[in-house]
Amino acid sequence: MKDIRIGILSIQGDIEESLSMTNRALNELASKGTAVPVKYAEEIANIDGLVLPGGESTVIGTLANLSGATHLIKDRIQDGMPVMGTCAGMIMLAKRAYDRVVGETKQQLLHILDITVERNAFGRQNDSFEAELNIPLIGKEHFAGVFIRAPIVKEMRNGEAITTLNNKVVAVKHGSVIATAFHPELSGDTRLHKYFVQLVIDYLNTNAIS
Amino acid sequence: MISLVSTELQPKGVKLERMETVPVRKGTTLVKRGFAHMQKHGVIMDVTNVEQAQIAEDAGAVAVMVLDKLPYDVRKAGGVARTASIRVIEQIRDHITIPIMAKCRIGHLYEAKVLEVSGVDMIDESEVLTPADEEHHIWKWDFTTPFVNGAKNLGEALRRMEEGASMIRTKGEPGTGNVAEAVKHIRLVNDEIRKIKSIHESGDIQELVKAARELKVSFAYVEETARLGRLPIVNFAAGGIATPADAAFLMNLGCDGVFVGSGIFKAEDPAERARAVVIATTYHDDPKQVMEAQKMVDEKKSMLGMDTTKLDLRMQERGSEV
Repeated sequence: MKDIRIGILSIQGDIEESLSMTNRALNELASKGTAVPVKYAEEIANIDGLVLPGGESTVIGTLANLSGATHLIKDRIQDGMPVMGTCAGMIMLAKRAYDRVVGETKQQLLHILDITVERNAFGRQNDSFEAELNIPLIGKEHFAGVFIRAPIVKEMRNGEAITTLNNKVVAVKHGSVIATAFHPELSGDTRLHKYFVQLVIDYLNTNAIS
Repeated sequence: MISLVSTELQPKGVKLERMETVPVRKGTTLVKRGFAHMQKHGVIMDVTNVEQAQIAEDAGAVAVMVLDKLPYDVRKAGGVARTASIRVIEQIRDHITIPIMAKCRIGHLYEAKVLEVSGVDMIDESEVLTPADEEHHIWKWDFTTPFVNGAKNLGEALRRMEEGASMIRTKGEPGTGNVAEAVKHIRLVNDEIRKIKSIHESGDIQELVKAARELKVSFAYVEETARLGRLPIVNFAAGGIATPADAAFLMNLGCDGVFVGSGIFKAEDPAERARAVVIATTYHDDPKQVMEAQKMVDEKKSMLGMDTTKLDLRMQERGSEV
C-alpha cells in the first residue's frame, strides 16, 4: 500500500494539535504515512483522508469557500474519502446550524451529514467543561471529553450516535464520516484518531482492489 | 499539544458541577488554554459597539475585544481609561456568535470579577487601559474565565503564565498604526527562547537555573519553554497593526494569531480592511495572497501612523516589573 496522506484543513483553529494527534495515531498503528496541512484545492486533491479541526466554524467556512476548497472537499467526501470533524469541524459537516442566542446562522456549511447542530449549546466559555464519555466504538475505558463552547446534535436524519451526554448526541458517524462536538485532539487520547486512521486505511485498501 | 506544566494544583477557578446526571469540571486549565488554542491563526478585533462587532464577525474575525475607546482615542482623550460599559458588552454578546473578550485594568480584581459574571469568553488584563495596581497583576487561577496578558519579553510572558494567563499577546504601541514595537518584542521573545533552547540542548542544567533566575520565573516554565522551543501557551501579536501586510509579517515571525485595534476602525475602509487583514493572516505564507489582500485596501485610507519614539504615553511600559 502507498504511504497514507491525511490532510488537516489549515485555515484557522487548533491545526497543530490535530496534526500532532493524527501523526501519533499513524505511528501507533505503525502505518507509513503523515498528516499534512492543506489549504488549497490542489492540496485537497492529493490526500486520502481529511481532518477538520476545532476553531471558529464561521471563519473556517468563509475562508474555505474563498480559496475554492469547499467544492473539492465536498466532492472528495462524496466519493468516499474519510473525514473527521471536531467541534467547528462538526458544524462544517452539518446540513443545518443555528445558534442558541442569535438563531439561524448564514454561515457556509458543507452539508455532508443530514444533521442539525445547535452552536454553543452548553453556553459560553465559562460553561465549557471536561466530562468522561462512554464511547463503545473505541473500547470500554472512558474517553476524556473536552467541550469548549461546544455544539450538540439536535436532529439526526442519517448516521448513528457514537456517544451521548445526558441523552444529547455529541458524536456521530455516518459511513466514513465522523463528527464530534468535543475535542479529541486536546485530550491526549489517540483512540478516536486511530479509529479514523483505520477508516482511511480501509478506504485505501478498497480503492486499491477496485 | 496543550502544555499543562506547573498548573496550580487546586485552582479556585475550577468548578466541579453536576450537569443533569454527569459530573463535569469547568474552568480547568485544559479548558481555558484550549479556548485560546481555538483562536489560533485568527484575527481578534477591537470593537466599541454592535455595528463594529458585526463588521468584525462578517469579515471573519475569530473573536472581538470590547473596549470603551479604541487605543487611538484613549491617547487623544487622556484621563483614566476603564473597562467598557456592561450594557455595550451585553448588547454585543447577544448579537454575534463569535467569542467576546473585554479589557480590564491591570490588577483590577473587581473589574475582572464583573466581566466574569457578565459572561465574556476571555478577559484581557490590559496595559491599554490605565493600570489599577502598580505592584500586582491579577491572580488568574481564581477565575473560571481565561485571561490574556500582554508581554514585551520572555520573562514577562512566563510570569503572566505563572499567574494563570491562558494566552499572551506581545505588547506593541497600540493606537499608533506603527508596527515597529510589536515586531521588536516578538523578535526579542523569539531570541530569548532560542537562547534557553540551546542551553537546554547542551544539557547544562545549572545554566538553565541561572536563566530562570534572570527571567524571575519558576524553573519549570523555563525548562518547558526551552524543551518546546516556543512559549507553552498561545502567543498573539498586537499593537500597531494597520495593514494586511503588517499582519502577515507578524504571522511569519512565528505568532499564533493577531490582535487588530485602531488599525481597522480608525481607517476609512473598515469593512474591506477587516476582511483583508483576515485573508492576509490565513495566507500569510503566500505573498500572492497577501498582495491580493493589500489590493483590497487603499493606503490613502489607512490610519495615520505615529512616530513611537516621540510618544507622551508609552502603553507598553505599563504593568508591574515582576
